[in-house]
Amino acid sequence: MKKSLIAFALIASFAVLANPAVARDQIRIVGSSTVYPFASYTGEEFGATTRYKTPVIESTGSGGGFKLFCAGDGMDTPDITNASRRMKAREFKLCGENGVHGITEAVIGYDGIVLAQNKKAGPVNLSRKDILLAVAADVPNKDGSGLIPNPYRFWDQINPKLSHRPILIYGPPTSSGTRDAFEDLAMKHLTKKMDAYKAVTKKYHKIRQDGVYVPSGENDNLIVQRLVKDAKAIGIFGYSFLAENADTLIGAMIDGVGATPATVSHGTYPYSRSLYFYIKKSHVDQAPGMKEYTKLFMSEEMIGEGAALSEIGLIPLPAKARETSRNRVLELKDLSLDALKKK
Amino acid sequence: MNDILSNPAIRKRYATEKRFRAMCFGAVVFALLFLVFFFADLISKGWPALQQAEMQAEVSYSEAVRDGKYRLAVDKRLRKIVSRGWLRALPLYLEDHPELVGTTTTKWVVVIAEVDQYLKGHPNKLKPKYKKLVDELQADGKVQLAFNTYFFTRGDSKMPELAGIKSAVVGTIYVLLLTMLFSLPVGIMTAIYLEEFAPDNHFIRFIEVNINNLAAIPSILFGLLGLAIFINFFGVPRSSALVGGLTLSLMTLPVIIISARVALEAVPDSIREAALGVGASPWQAVWHHILPLAMPGILTGSIIGLARAMGETAPLIIVGMVAFIPDAPSSILEAATVLPAQIYTWTGEPLRAFAERTSAAILVLLAVLLSLNAVAIWLRQHFEHKW
Repeated sequence: MKKSLIAFALIASFAVLANPAVARDQIRIVGSSTVYPFASYTGEEFGATTRYKTPVIESTGSGGGFKLFCAGDGMDTPDITNASRRMKAREFKLCGENGVHGITEAVIGYDGIVLAQNKKAGPVNLSRKDILLAVAADVPNKDGSGLIPNPYRFWDQINPKLSHRPILIYGPPTSSGTRDAFEDLAMKHLTKKMDAYKAVTKKYHKIRQDGVYVPSGENDNLIVQRLVKDAKAIGIFGYSFLAENADTLIGAMIDGVGATPATVSHGTYPYSRSLYFYIKKSHVDQAPGMKEYTKLFMSEEMIGEGAALSEIGLIPLPAKARETSRNRVLELKDLSLDALKKK
Repeated sequence: MNDILSNPAIRKRYATEKRFRAMCFGAVVFALLFLVFFFADLISKGWPALQQAEMQAEVSYSEAVRDGKYRLAVDKRLRKIVSRGWLRALPLYLEDHPELVGTTTTKWVVVIAEVDQYLKGHPNKLKPKYKKLVDELQADGKVQLAFNTYFFTRGDSKMPELAGIKSAVVGTIYVLLLTMLFSLPVGIMTAIYLEEFAPDNHFIRFIEVNINNLAAIPSILFGLLGLAIFINFFGVPRSSALVGGLTLSLMTLPVIIISARVALEAVPDSIREAALGVGASPWQAVWHHILPLAMPGILTGSIIGLARAMGETAPLIIVGMVAFIPDAPSSILEAATVLPAQIYTWTGEPLRAFAERTSAAILVLLAVLLSLNAVAIWLRQHFEHKW
């Protein structure tokens, strides 16, 4: 047993050794898989053009990112979390309870959520209501007085103007920020104004689970591959994947507007959302290079029009909004609970 | 002969026999077809990644370049097709080599992935004017496909032309060494105790059943265990090679224990009895006689267990090793990633050029796994004792 004792001693001594190593020489970033490509691009640029080490960036989904970020204030927690939706008041409170005080919010740009399909299937024009009725778990009954389990299996059952083809939607799973944003933009925005839904809950956002909507993992390429093979299916993912696969896929027009950088950034495309990252202020002086990294991220070379990140699918903010967001980051302004509650 | 075959019952038996054989053979063919399809697909997709487009260009190491205007290093006409990832490293390079400032050289520089994809005839988003430029340069012999050294000498990158597997390979080596360091001694010692010394009682049998069960547990659960014990309790840094190695050794332990026990069991009792008979203590009998004879079997099992650990990603996601980590780790406490995790991250990249790199990385991983298994087979054939 001598050797196993030695092995256990080794484990124990490593653990002891590891604790002082908590003072880091590297920024640690977690969060949204949608922001991940932009953050890692910036992180790499940061590592290549400065003497700092390249930050470690994990793609955990927005919700998972906040959970890790708000777990505590120690140096074993991440310094920055990326999010494809705004921080929730609940998450802000969790942060506070765990001793994370002083968070700075950075808006980096927009992303459009697209409903795309195989080019062979041709263009399609859907209204927001069509989409809601296709994905919701419950839909209003005929006279609109109550809710019934979603009976629709074909698009033309929802809207006779659409073609007779089965509804099959590949979309993000619950851990994904894209899913949260989709529920927000495609469901809550409508259901909060529809009496049948209002009778049940204030903001209805349940997605059906009868096999019509297929949650497809955080990997958007898998959805793209499915669409390439199956011309009947529709996929839900971020605009950058549509832009990259424009030779095989076509985005659905939503309320007559197609997703383009212009329509998304003006907000005329209904499913556009902002992308964020959040800075833990107490780490700024302890994780080397935090200021420089965030400054680089917010610079015109990164998030400006036609700049590096726009080439990989980020849709830039208008110039004025960029300026405001940049200043907020440079001054490390505190995020307040009131700001989060106000929508 | 004809008499026998004319008997319908016998003919039926022969026909059943033939059908059965054909079905079994069919199953083999079916499995092989899958394998051939898989390999053909991987190789055809991954092969092009071994080549990367490069361009001969005049690079001027001016003072402006050193001061950060790195785009000025190459002629304006070529600026858009030279990899920005290569250019942006120039200021720091010149700071380290001040003697080069003010000189110009002609060298082969790496170009953007779109040009690479265009030269390989793959779908690309290169603008027509650059296609024309590339065609002209190619006619002059100034653009060519060369062996992709970056793929083996650089870490992960967002720019496909610079992305490589080095940091993942280094990380894999660290993690595997640590896994071996932890799981081999503990596993073999456990097996020796259970096989040679343990009394046959309920408690020991309970342990044995549990070890057998552990070998069949989904690997992601070991990740959760690793997160709870090593990161949250012992404070081992997240994403480090150490936490990965420890987690994977938890996963490999049952496999090693079981295979080591089988190997020890195969050593005939006559060896044990002979050793004890001439006065060896039980420890000497194990150390001098039984263990050396069982070693080839133990190693074979361990190598297969380690090969499994090498291909594992699920538990590593939980301990934070599936991340963007372009720098190769220089100690076991630094953030590291492993080859299968690198493959997993690349499959999520929207850029097309990553698809071929993914396949190439899979080929590398498969080659290493195949050679590990070949070593295991070789060990078995050359050192195993037949009793």
